[in-house]
Amino acid sequence: MSLMIVDFVPDLILAFLVICMAWGAMHARSRHDAMAMFVAFGLVVALIWARLGAPDLALAEAAIGAGLTGVLLLQAARQIPAEPRTMKKTTVQFILPLVFIVLAIALFASQLFSDDALNISEQARIRPDVGLSAPSMSDRVHLAMPDSGVGHPVTAVLLNFRAWDTLLELLVLLLALSGLRQLYPSSQSAQKKSDGPLVRGPEPWPLLLAWSRFLAPLLIVMGGYLLWRGADAPGGAFQAGALLAAAAVVLRLAGLLPALRWSSLTVRLAINVGALLFMTVAALTLYFGAGWLHYPAAQAGILILGIEVFATLSIAITLTLLVIGEYEDLHT
Amino acid sequence: MSSLQMYMLLGALIFLLGLHGLLVLTDPIRRLIAVNLMGAGTFMIMVTLARRTDPADPVLHALVVTGLVVAISATAFALRLITANLITETPNLAENNAAQSDTTLSQQGSPPT
Repeated sequence: MSLMIVDFVPDLILAFLVICMAWGAMHARSRHDAMAMFVAFGLVVALIWARLGAPDLALAEAAIGAGLTGVLLLQAARQIPAEPRTMKKTTVQFILPLVFIVLAIALFASQLFSDDALNISEQARIRPDVGLSAPSMSDRVHLAMPDSGVGHPVTAVLLNFRAWDTLLELLVLLLALSGLRQLYPSSQSAQKKSDGPLVRGPEPWPLLLAWSRFLAPLLIVMGGYLLWRGADAPGGAFQAGALLAAAAVVLRLAGLLPALRWSSLTVRLAINVGALLFMTVAALTLYFGAGWLHYPAAQAGILILGIEVFATLSIAITLTLLVIGEYEDLHT
Repeated sequence: MSSLQMYMLLGALIFLLGLHGLLVLTDPIRRLIAVNLMGAGTFMIMVTLARRTDPADPVLHALVVTGLVVAISATAFALRLITANLITETPNLAENNAAQSDTTLSQQGSPPT
């Protein structure tokens, strides 16, 4: 019994931390405090993913949720004027939604405990006619693993069994980037007026320069390792792409990397190559193989590796541009 | 109460805290953070559900990896929407304020439409 409680302590600490961070990320006094809290929230959530046995997600969350989103927010905050002193909401306006939250949580908890919702898997095993597909889905993945061409179930799902999702996700990234490009012309006049770059960061200080020179190669090596290991262990194209993007962002903020100009054919090719290659493979499998994105089992491994390498490149460049893309990146 | 049930509750609580923030906050950046928190709560419930089986359900994990990347794309786009709006508005406001301060003609001091 006491052993169970000891097991439970880390969960309670993480839950307490995550609630504090979530509250602080929205209601901290200054906006910068709120952003810092949000980055901390991402890191605690990454720990929770690790605790829940999802190392792939812990890696992705630490790189994307905490790292890149934090830079993104801070970068945008520089362009936004200081928060206006708005009228404080009255207590009733603040409390009423809280009451709603308490009621909703109570309802959720009562459902959770009464139906024994988390034991559904065992019921489904006993009675397959219950029709809850989650456990059988997991079993089906593990049954199909030998044909997938990779050894890690999450990678197999992402790039083989549910490759459609990943293809569409690459397209979502492209869509977000083109949305960013569409929005910039409105600021072009402001750009001309202010005469010079719209946003100029502070001069990079020596420690940042030294550290980014040291960190960037490490991040590139780590990205390559995650990409390579992704076939058989936690990791893969998204985590690797996010790490490479982080390296590029660090270098760019330190002023060590020139602008990734949209007019350069190489940059545009790198952005699109992941989705293009993915769609080419899909079309080839449609014409010569079993159907759209049904890889032949013998070549599945090499096809997945090829797609992952180029998808990593595309994800890295697209995320970099999404996070720190400024006028000279996107429109020159 | 098992730790899985606690994480289910935690996910729901974070989702609802985000919803609360979205309702009561006015600053666009804070509201964007609130939406991100709602997403994190959803992901937490999905990852907890994946944990019902041992080994954990890889389909839900893959969906959450996809969700994380879509979330940052949406966040980047939303931030650009917020800042684009401010960038186009700020110079006009500045001009109008200048016109209001250095001239006595009431027509020029009319507020922007």
